[in-house]
Amino acid sequence: MSELSEDTKQKIRDHFGRYPTKQAVTLPALHMVQDEKRCVSNKAMEEIAEILELAPSQIHDTLSFYGYFRTEDAPLGETRVWICRSLPCMLRGGEELLAELCGRWGISPGETTADGKITLELAECLGACDGAPCMLVGDELSLRMTADSVEQQVRG
Amino acid sequence: MTDNINSTKFEPVLLGRLGRPNSASLASYQADGGYSALRKALTMTQTQIVDLVKDSGLRGRGGAGFPTGLKWSFLPQNISGPIYMCINGDESEPGTFNNRILIEEDPHQVLEGIVIGSYATRATTAYFYLRYEYGRCYRTLQKAVDEMYAAGLLGKNILGSDYSLDIHLHRGACAYICGEETGLIESLEGKRAWPRIKPPFPAVEGAFRRPTVVNNVETMACVTHIVNRGAEWFKSIGVPKDPSNPRDAGSYGPKLYCISGHVNKPGLVELPLGVTARELIDQHAGGVWKGRKAKAVVPGGISMGFMSADELDTPLDFAGPGRVGCLGLGTAAVVVIDDHTSMVDVLYNCCRFFAHESCGQCTPCREGTAWSTKILERMRAGRGKIGDIDLLLEISGSIGTMPGTTICGLADGAAWPIKNAIQKFRPELEEYIRSGRKAEAPQLAGAH
Repeated sequence: MSELSEDTKQKIRDHFGRYPTKQAVTLPALHMVQDEKRCVSNKAMEEIAEILELAPSQIHDTLSFYGYFRTEDAPLGETRVWICRSLPCMLRGGEELLAELCGRWGISPGETTADGKITLELAECLGACDGAPCMLVGDELSLRMTADSVEQQVRG
Repeated sequence: MTDNINSTKFEPVLLGRLGRPNSASLASYQADGGYSALRKALTMTQTQIVDLVKDSGLRGRGGAGFPTGLKWSFLPQNISGPIYMCINGDESEPGTFNNRILIEEDPHQVLEGIVIGSYATRATTAYFYLRYEYGRCYRTLQKAVDEMYAAGLLGKNILGSDYSLDIHLHRGACAYICGEETGLIESLEGKRAWPRIKPPFPAVEGAFRRPTVVNNVETMACVTHIVNRGAEWFKSIGVPKDPSNPRDAGSYGPKLYCISGHVNKPGLVELPLGVTARELIDQHAGGVWKGRKAKAVVPGGISMGFMSADELDTPLDFAGPGRVGCLGLGTAAVVVIDDHTSMVDVLYNCCRFFAHESCGQCTPCREGTAWSTKILERMRAGRGKIGDIDLLLEISGSIGTMPGTTICGLADGAAWPIKNAIQKFRPELEEYIRSGRKAEAPQLAGAH
């Protein structure tokens, strides 16, 4: 049984025309798989490698370099929340915000709540220092956050 | 201060269309005269455009300040096969958010510059490398690129000319090192973003082992305006070359300054190169917050180091920060630190950033950033030793391309906050250690 759907495999192949090598489709493929599966399993790495005509170890080598991707031993929750702690956010309460959320949700950075709903991450500069402390949910930035406004946005 | 850097008279250029209805749409951009620069460029020869950009004195806005026209002229002439244009939209230097706002608000201005730059360098494919966190930018850019294809501004025979170009967006995966141009290229190729040993430089052997130019987002927006208004116009803004220094390339043109940290109004402001930190803080950011004073100011992202409170009249042009011991202008991201803040906490934050973001390829950077963070952790736990300061200084002196121990220059940026903090705030660091003080900021388990 294949880990990746035929649809995902086709989407990966659709990227071939953009680059002179198939290996260049590694990051787009990893993004597609993680978006759908909430992690990139070993089986998925093997299947990506087969499509891109690489060794699975080459996929793993790239994946493991980027802090963004999750392997099957640490899948993401439904919503991934990043709180920035770099200098501009630190100066305006980013670290306190992160600590407060850890306390409220009972998890450390990198962990997922017991109900599987939220994965909390610490982020290095998200590029929204004009609205420090800032947050990234999925791939959307939100500015000038407080613990209450984070909870309101994430938990609804 | 000369007349032409009097910022009160300055009309924004790069941010000129901010706040227009649908400012990101092609229709709105064209209604404001958009793509007239491209039409003009397509009637010029490649050499004419490269010369125009050289004459303008435009220097790259990404951090290193390398002259853009000169970079383009390094491409080998009369070769067959593809040339690639890469756009560096990996903006990750703490304090920096100018490209995000530029792309979200006025993407066509950037894209027009990319087509012109690609035409001038004979590139037929451009890769726009965008950091993953900028999802809104990604969707804005994708829409803008789609509009361009539909309008004949991209693809085969652009605007009926012989020139054809494709632009592909390529999303990163949260790694600071991808802002280093050869790290970016490795990442684009689907590998870990380990910077390459240079030479060969990307102009000779870059993406997919082909000649490649890597340019910053804001730099490309400047190209659009230079083609529209001319080199003389661009040179009328900013700080001219220092005639007594033959190596000075001047600081011409408008610049986007990011202001963050302890100010009343953090934000983005466009001013002629050469505005002082004091003017930025007092006249454009509402002053230091809570009625306090600035203790230290980051001139251009944390990797440039710190200016002290008595260095705030330093002009923020390409040469100014270096004259007060900073690494350079960097990304012109100004971070203001008030006098209630501990420099130990600030330095710890910077060291931790670089320990987290070091790509791990070169031992001095990988180990040096980690150990400097550990030393500062010990200081913050009240167990620092006076000798730690010299130890930190020794580590900072051994990381980077300047001591010659690392492949890429981002390691010099990891060293600089340490150097400046010790040069400029040594008594405070010593007092912190002697008092056995402990940091007040929350400590998180496993938060490295």
